[in-house]
Amino acid sequence: MDRRRIVITGVGLTAPNGNDLREFRGNLLDGKVRFQNTELRYIGKVIAGVCSFNPLKYQNKKEVRAGTRAGSISIYCAREAVADAKIQISDENRSRTGIYVGITEHGNVETENEIANIGNYNYDVRFWNHYHNPRTVANNPAGEVTVNMGITGPHYCIGGACAAGNLGIIQGAQQLMLGEVDLAIAGGVSESIHTFGIFAGFKSQNALASNEDPNKASRPFDMARNGIVVSEGGALYTLERLEDAKRRGARIYAEIAGWASNSDGTSYVLPNPERQAECMARAIAHAGLRPDDIGILNTHATATKAGDIQECEAIRKVFGSGRYPIINNTKGFIGHAMGAAGALELAGNIPSFEDGIVHPCHNLDELDPGCDIPGLLQREKAVRPPSEIRCILNNSFGMLGINSSLIVKRFED
Amino acid sequence: MTREQISQAIKDIIDEILPEGDCSSVNPDEKLRDQLDLDSMDFLDIVMEIRKRYGIEIPEADYPRLATLSSCVEYLAPKMASK
Repeated sequence: MDRRRIVITGVGLTAPNGNDLREFRGNLLDGKVRFQNTELRYIGKVIAGVCSFNPLKYQNKKEVRAGTRAGSISIYCAREAVADAKIQISDENRSRTGIYVGITEHGNVETENEIANIGNYNYDVRFWNHYHNPRTVANNPAGEVTVNMGITGPHYCIGGACAAGNLGIIQGAQQLMLGEVDLAIAGGVSESIHTFGIFAGFKSQNALASNEDPNKASRPFDMARNGIVVSEGGALYTLERLEDAKRRGARIYAEIAGWASNSDGTSYVLPNPERQAECMARAIAHAGLRPDDIGILNTHATATKAGDIQECEAIRKVFGSGRYPIINNTKGFIGHAMGAAGALELAGNIPSFEDGIVHPCHNLDELDPGCDIPGLLQREKAVRPPSEIRCILNNSFGMLGINSSLIVKRFED
Repeated sequence: MTREQISQAIKDIIDEILPEGDCSSVNPDEKLRDQLDLDSMDFLDIVMEIRKRYGIEIPEADYPRLATLSSCVEYLAPKMASK
């Protein structure tokens, strides 16, 4: 069996503007967003992207109470992906299924909640919840999936800051290539809107978005951008080796073509365009492609003043004076879904292989000249013959200078 | 609290911990874990709720005395009499 060809056969997702791929993609094309003001302890009112999926679709109330929001998001996405792929988890495959979930962070929400809880009892730790440790271990989101679905193969989370969504998919593909599992459920999730610390941290960095209208707050590349809108969400994919997928007659969304991950090695926070460019170039080379093979490039840009410009600088380094892909961004629609971002944003572009339609950026009213790169799809969706879109390059970068670029391509037998 | 009130208090806690559970038809003399979907983690939740609501500390050595609804009432009656 050729272990090198890995394909996507199912998608499960939840985003602030959609709880399955059809709804999510439709809202990206229609410009529909759903941000809201929400209240968090200490910091008060903040703008956030909140998901509306029903956890009780796949969990009972006891599981929801004992587990975490990240766990519920993971379970929802994993169940939806497996159903989408028309796979039954059974004794035949439960031990050969692996769960690989990218996370930006985990445990902040649960720890903050527990400290607030014991605050009601004069900080007497006898009132500290016994579920604290299973809720906060770094494998929690992936582990909850295994408990809920009776999966007995490997599970763990990949802590990769905001590059984690891509890294989860890469990990899943690699484990399939190694033959460690036959089915990988892989991607990324985030529950970060439930921790005040994430918001307060961004605010202290002057990187938290504010706007009278929550739906206009997330505006990558726009002159009026003033920071990040944090969102929760998740996207998990079923990945299979091509031969396995073909044997069972699976629908194939796309093939994993290549990837790269590297480190800036320069700063806790500030991005490094040199290393971002190197990451993209390495991914293109790893996929055996040239820059002009890329049909769509989804930018990571989060709507910070410096970060957006630096990613554009990196893109210029990669594509130079050659042909640029259609370049878009998803965060104007869904905010920054942190650990889910890479996986979720990829999902918004995958249907372009079929219909040739590419969603634009959102809330991009006045382009920052520093972000003026060829191919940037500012306001109107693009429509191309589907055959012209062969490859999607998906960027996802994070703190401590972690970079990831994932390339998926149209499946051709 | 009367014994009836204590019994109801325990049922209220279990109903909250097991939202899918229903304590109304529990046989007070049969083990709770044989009648309800209660595991040892849920049991810790019951102990925590008793601590939170009534300020009563139940040492681990006494957990077996909470096996049935009747034994719960028996064990807790002296502790909750003044509540």
